[in-house]
Amino acid sequence: MLQTNLKHVESTKEFQDLIQNNEKVVVVCGRMGPMCIPVYGVMETLEPKYPDIKFRDMDFDTRVAMETIRSLPDVRTFNGLPFTVYFRNGKVVAATSSIQTKQQVKAILDKHMV
Amino acid sequence: METTHDVIVIGAGPAGLTAAIYLGRARMRTLVVDSGTIGGQMVLTYSVANYPGVLEATGAQIAGVMRRQAEAFGAKIIGQADIKIVDLKGPTKVIEIEDEGVFSAPAVIIATGGIPRTLGLPSEEKFKGRGISFCATCDGDFFAGQDIVVIGGGNSALEESLSLAKVVNSITIVHEFDHFQAQPWVVEQVRANPKVKFLLEQDVREFVGDDTLKEVVSVHKRTGQVSRIPATGAFIFIGYVPNTKAFAGIVEMNEKGEIVSDERMRTSREGVFVAGDARQKPYRQITTAVGDGTVAALSAIEYVTNLARSAKGPGRDDRPA
Repeated sequence: MLQTNLKHVESTKEFQDLIQNNEKVVVVCGRMGPMCIPVYGVMETLEPKYPDIKFRDMDFDTRVAMETIRSLPDVRTFNGLPFTVYFRNGKVVAATSSIQTKQQVKAILDKHMV
Repeated sequence: METTHDVIVIGAGPAGLTAAIYLGRARMRTLVVDSGTIGGQMVLTYSVANYPGVLEATGAQIAGVMRRQAEAFGAKIIGQADIKIVDLKGPTKVIEIEDEGVFSAPAVIIATGGIPRTLGLPSEEKFKGRGISFCATCDGDFFAGQDIVVIGGGNSALEESLSLAKVVNSITIVHEFDHFQAQPWVVEQVRANPKVKFLLEQDVREFVGDDTLKEVVSVHKRTGQVSRIPATGAFIFIGYVPNTKAFAGIVEMNEKGEIVSDERMRTSREGVFVAGDARQKPYRQITTAVGDGTVAALSAIEYVTNLARSAKGPGRDDRPA
């Protein structure tokens, strides 16, 4: 279980409902590791500033991660945690691997989600 | 949120959080701001086993406890803040935080720590998370059975190499000098590992690949011989640089960008103190940052208390030149 203040995605159905029923969704898929914790922190800070975007996290070592985020073609070449995937209208519009700064995340949000 | 404080602490790593604990406990109105994650570089440490009183914990766990302690004593903490230094030169120190407001205090403690040193190559960012990593524990499993490169020659580089050697096929350690800065016992262990090769006196020039990393190109510093090392992963551990650019022209720094202070953590600027890795000092550990934070807080408390008592205002003649 991830110890963050973000809502966790814990089942494949929940994930599918999430991206089907919301125009803008960001999912950070990782562990409670040194590269992941800062990214969760960035998302927690940005969440109230982007009320139309659903910010979620997902435990990398779970079945739901294997069936959803980790099986996306967009992350095929990724080998740094966390995998952060940005969805708009159910489609992936951006994805990053490894640690990201608040400025890097904001740049993606402002380019693809606003 | 209150906009006027007794002390503003810029930076929420172990130095800044320790200062906040001491300031809060002394009933100083304290604001702590950080442009990144609360805990600073400490959060990037997977296992801390040399912090007295703690057998072993992650850096994030220690940071979490320090934060709770500081908040319990009344400190206000803002992370991921877009901080603008408005004025640290005058008697009232002023900073602005986007979406939060303008904050002032008679004293400031700079505890901005360090930021990871990079090679500065365009291809470095391109392959981040696609071969280039900064955390063996986080990403080592992605390279199981593969050939990788570790760049660096300090304790982090060599200890992480030992950890990675358990899962990868081979490691080439690429280092800029002809010797390692790591502790001798770590060097000995790495040299004894059959999976590890060495390329010394190297200047890393480029990371090459398509979607993912394929090879690392480096050049021997003296002979100019080019090495193209096949590698799907490159772990970079080349130390830190002080995170002090925002304070240029405000406080005295040395040629490395470290802020000069006296033993009370006073800088060349009245009312501005420094603690932790941003300071000129020989050793950078969580424990030394905690010590700095303690001294800086006690000095700031004394400074603010004297200001309040003195009708004339501040004055001292023994600051660093």
